Amino acid sequence: MVKITIKDLTFSYRSNKILNDLNVVVNDAEVLSLVGPNGSGKTTLIKCIDRILKPNGSILLDGREIESMSQQEIARLIGYVPQSSSTPLATTVFDTVLMGRRPHITWKVSDADIGKVADTLELLNLQDLSMRDFAQLSGGQKQKVLIARALAQEPAILLLDEPTSNLDMKHQLDVMETISSLVKEKSISAVMAIHDLNLAARFSDNLVMLKNGKVYAAGTPNDLLCERNIRDVYGVEALVMTSQDKPCIVPLRSLNRSQACV
Amino acid sequence: MSSVYSKEKPGTDLRAEYQKFIGKKMLFLILLILSITILAGYAATQGSADIGVVDVYTTIIARFLPGHFETTWFSDTIVWGLRLHRILLAIVGGIGLAVAGAVMQGILKNPLASPFTLGIASAAGFGAALAIVMGAGFVGGEYLIIGNAFIFTLLASMSVYGLAKYKGITPETMVLAGIAIMYLFSAMTSFLQYVGHAEQVQEVVFWMMGSLGRSSWDKVWIVTGIIAACFPYLLLKSWDINALGAGDETAKSLGVNVEKTRVICMVLVSIITASVICFTGTIGFIGLVAPHITRMVIGGDHRFLLPASALVGGLLLLAADTVARTIMSPVILPVGIMTAFLGVPFFVYLFLRRKKVFW
Repeated sequence: MVKITIKDLTFSYRSNKILNDLNVVVNDAEVLSLVGPNGSGKTTLIKCIDRILKPNGSILLDGREIESMSQQEIARLIGYVPQSSSTPLATTVFDTVLMGRRPHITWKVSDADIGKVADTLELLNLQDLSMRDFAQLSGGQKQKVLIARALAQEPAILLLDEPTSNLDMKHQLDVMETISSLVKEKSISAVMAIHDLNLAARFSDNLVMLKNGKVYAAGTPNDLLCERNIRDVYGVEALVMTSQDKPCIVPLRSLNRSQACV
Repeated sequence: MSSVYSKEKPGTDLRAEYQKFIGKKMLFLILLILSITILAGYAATQGSADIGVVDVYTTIIARFLPGHFETTWFSDTIVWGLRLHRILLAIVGGIGLAVAGAVMQGILKNPLASPFTLGIASAAGFGAALAIVMGAGFVGGEYLIIGNAFIFTLLASMSVYGLAKYKGITPETMVLAGIAIMYLFSAMTSFLQYVGHAEQVQEVVFWMMGSLGRSSWDKVWIVTGIIAACFPYLLLKSWDINALGAGDETAKSLGVNVEKTRVICMVLVSIITASVICFTGTIGFIGLVAPHITRMVIGGDHRFLLPASALVGGLLLLAADTVARTIMSPVILPVGIMTAFLGVPFFVYLFLRRKKVFW
């Protein structure tokens, strides 16, 4: 079943066109990664889907035009994990995750809301941190708490902006495995902007490769991550191998730089 | 959707732990209410006329239950006629300034924000100075100074809104616009002080130090009414202010109308601050520090931070005023000076003692 349908999407910051006539489809219970070089429009597309930015064109969520939905309705459908979140003011992990219930509550927190937060913390193995100050956590822990906050929204769609940036190898894998298993267990769809092609290849069902605000190619990691595409999109000569049936990319050199040296 | 997220084994321990956490916050609120009640009774005993604590409480209760409690004309006059309105103005004034500070710090994500960040104090000071030095203002008679302080405060807020709106309503644009407005009104006040007579300048300076000496029952009711009208909305928006603390984009993704929330909160905070300082003069310390003290004790959840800051603000201002009018009796010191003398050591103590990050 199709979860998100993006048609002819265009977005500009003043006269600078960031997204140009994009068409993307996200299916149910899949991890779709947006890859591409810096400035290709990955983060902007994520923000457009969550209506944080208001683009031209059409975005359908479960067949409904997002423009006709209130911010509250969107928040009940979409959970957003930002690249880096400002540290909330003197807030515990539990309260940070409880904030994810905001689209569902007016003021009073019900036992059911508290239960959902507790369940989410346990699901992500964060229960021991629940009364710790969010500001005092490590980068990996913070990232998991932000994912927990988005999950507490009970979203049908999870949007993640560089969920592994600034994390070490272990925490990168930890976060990506968490996302991947959540998508399968809960039948939600995840769209993430990601720089690391190896992580994208390993944990994504499908990729959309962006270049200069346009879709350069879309498909499975095996179809898309070839040496030619990487050269065309990133300007990088890379060696693409296969490991555990997934492409594995070894960047060799920047073509622009080598040309400049010549 | 809820079925997707339901789990067979609920996090019972976490629920209990969280309920305990909330219980501690509620206990803090109750302790604050008790402290204010006790301090208010003590404050009413302080003054040239001798009256005991029991007499004070009896006199207060006798008004509400006249058949059950007896009081004397003397006690009634001292408590209801002379002291209680000043005590209540201190409490509601402190509540108003502290709520305004807590909301400003929350919506601007700035630990230095206070009701005066947006140039509110400078505007009120200018309004008062204009009335005192030039005799000019929007309202005549005994409300000349009060009316000027109130209206210029709102003018300052509208100017900040207009400037910030032009560049986009963000914490940065609001703070920068506020600083510009603050310096503008400060310069205009300095000019008025420069051209004013010595007595006028003295009066302006005294007004700007803040005092509860001009209290009356009318003023208590006006300030209470305005706070009672504005506070429920701010409390209702606690979740949105919490979300703003996590950044505008996160707040939007949680369904918050960021710009509308920020603007409405700013307007209400300006009205509350204007209603307090037009009667008391500028009392700057409470709005800045009461929320910080509270945050250090119970954390940053605005559902509890707003009422608790309010009570801490009321307690601080009442304590400061009580000390200000008794420490050098019969000389009464300006309360604005005493709030800093009392509050800063307490704030520094908490600041040094607390290991956790509170901002």
